[in-house]
Amino acid sequence: MGELGGLYAIWYREIKVFLRETSRLVGAIVQPLMWLIILGTGLGSVVEVGAVGAGTNYQQFIFPGVLAMTILFGSLFFGMYIIFDKRVDFLKEVLVAPLSRTTIFFGKVLGGSTDGIIEIIVLMILGELFFGIHFTVFSVVVTLLVIMLLMTSIISLGLTIGSIMTSPEGFGLVTGFLIFPLFLLSGALFPVKNLPSWLFGFVAVNPVSYAVDALRSTILGIPSGFSLLIDFGVLILFAIVMVSIGTYAFKKMKF
Amino acid sequence: MGVIETKNLTKRFGKLTAVNKINLNIKEGEIFGLLGPNGAGKTTTLSMLATLLPPTSGSASVNGVDVARDPSKVRHSIGFVFQDPSSDEVLTGRENLYLHALMYGVNMGDVNRRMDEVLKLVDLTQRQHERMKRYSGGMRRRLELARGLLHEPKILFLDEPTLGLDPQTREHLWGYIKRLSTEKKVTIIITTHYMEEADQLCDRLAIIDHGKIVALDTPQNLKKRLGGDMVRLQMRDKPNLHKVRKLRYIKNAKYEEGVLTLTVDDAGAHLQEILGKVGSVASVESRSPTLNDVFLHFAGREMREQEGDGSFFEKAIQSNNR
Repeated sequence: MGELGGLYAIWYREIKVFLRETSRLVGAIVQPLMWLIILGTGLGSVVEVGAVGAGTNYQQFIFPGVLAMTILFGSLFFGMYIIFDKRVDFLKEVLVAPLSRTTIFFGKVLGGSTDGIIEIIVLMILGELFFGIHFTVFSVVVTLLVIMLLMTSIISLGLTIGSIMTSPEGFGLVTGFLIFPLFLLSGALFPVKNLPSWLFGFVAVNPVSYAVDALRSTILGIPSGFSLLIDFGVLILFAIVMVSIGTYAFKKMKF
Repeated sequence: MGVIETKNLTKRFGKLTAVNKINLNIKEGEIFGLLGPNGAGKTTTLSMLATLLPPTSGSASVNGVDVARDPSKVRHSIGFVFQDPSSDEVLTGRENLYLHALMYGVNMGDVNRRMDEVLKLVDLTQRQHERMKRYSGGMRRRLELARGLLHEPKILFLDEPTLGLDPQTREHLWGYIKRLSTEKKVTIIITTHYMEEADQLCDRLAIIDHGKIVALDTPQNLKKRLGGDMVRLQMRDKPNLHKVRKLRYIKNAKYEEGVLTLTVDDAGAHLQEILGKVGSVASVESRSPTLNDVFLHFAGREMREQEGDGSFFEKAIQSNNR
């Protein structure tokens, strides 16, 4: 037991809360669906993805981007719960326990990842059923791998911010500055191939772009912009960096 | 040797000295109280003993282990009940206990038996499967008491355990705390700014003011130390203090803003004589000493003035210093 029991405890709590507060799951599903249905249909009526889209319509084209967006918004927001825990002092109960901060951090990452994976699987099923997306065993495996890597990074980022901030307002302010550049500059909503070079530069330094690229190429069969190998390389590196920062921030967190 | 020993334990936050060279020796199985107004340094002292805050200087050992050297080992032998609720409202009472057991590495073979046992101890068996959202403040505190005991700690820290509870619930809770002490033989360290709580609950008390211990003894002895009953006289004119002080049964006399406060050995026998000597009196009040008088005596001011809504201030001060 010991640390492993603690890891399980923190994961167990996240899952229990997630499954009980159904609003979390509903919210996490409804938002991406609105993007797909409203933006996908609306913009799709005037936008042709053209040759880069490999025969997909706009709605299908943004589907992988919407998956990435779901993770981006959901996982970053997950750090906010730390602040609520601070407010009710539940965090104190956890921090006082004879557990290492690293264990607590990984328990949180695991918990958040489980939430996120459930959301993504629901969206993948909806995509298969209603949006003309066709998954193969290969694309399901790659999608889940990419999602897990991205999730680990973004949850770590959220937890880092959550461990530093003391108010939900402050958290919202900081994440607001981060989330839109990360999302809009990821190529989630447009092909990155023919962008002017200054804009492409921003896209290329955004780690989320590599997740969108990997997802889009495997799910839709659109040729990868960066190559799958580079995508994974960047995502793994991003995850390692963010986890390191996150564990460090947790060690420094005061209560 | 005591279960808890501190030597010149000190905590500074920037320029503010929150705890100033405190020396304690707490014996096994006693209920030891830290009494003082908000901001006196009680919670800070507790936090250092529980390894939540590192001491600036001095040392403390809990259960024979130095808090600075091996905090993890200390944490295994202590339980902590916080000032503010610290359970997850979405989970049930029993689930909160289960989480705690996992985090403290309680043997999984024992965990159900232990949970049943502590739930029974605080009379929450009936409500254990309800989400804590539906618990009242008193029930929540009881569950957290139970939780603090789940891993069978030798020492239990209670930080203002009855803060914000109504008097009836408070008295109930005292009952539970006393039961823990007698049935489980746990050493209990409690902080409070309620005189009554300190008086009824604690075997020994340390009165803390401005980070220093100003007095330490049993509640009875502390009151006895004042040497008599408290007599408060509302005066019409300025009394002749000199004359009053000459009386052999007057232990202490103070005149402030029209009120003469006397400490009198056996007030019942001497009140008539006193009234004859001090001059024109508007009203008289005579009673046995309380811990408030003790605090007044040792700290030079009333503790009551600072009660009220103080916990907010204490928090504001603490968070400013972080």
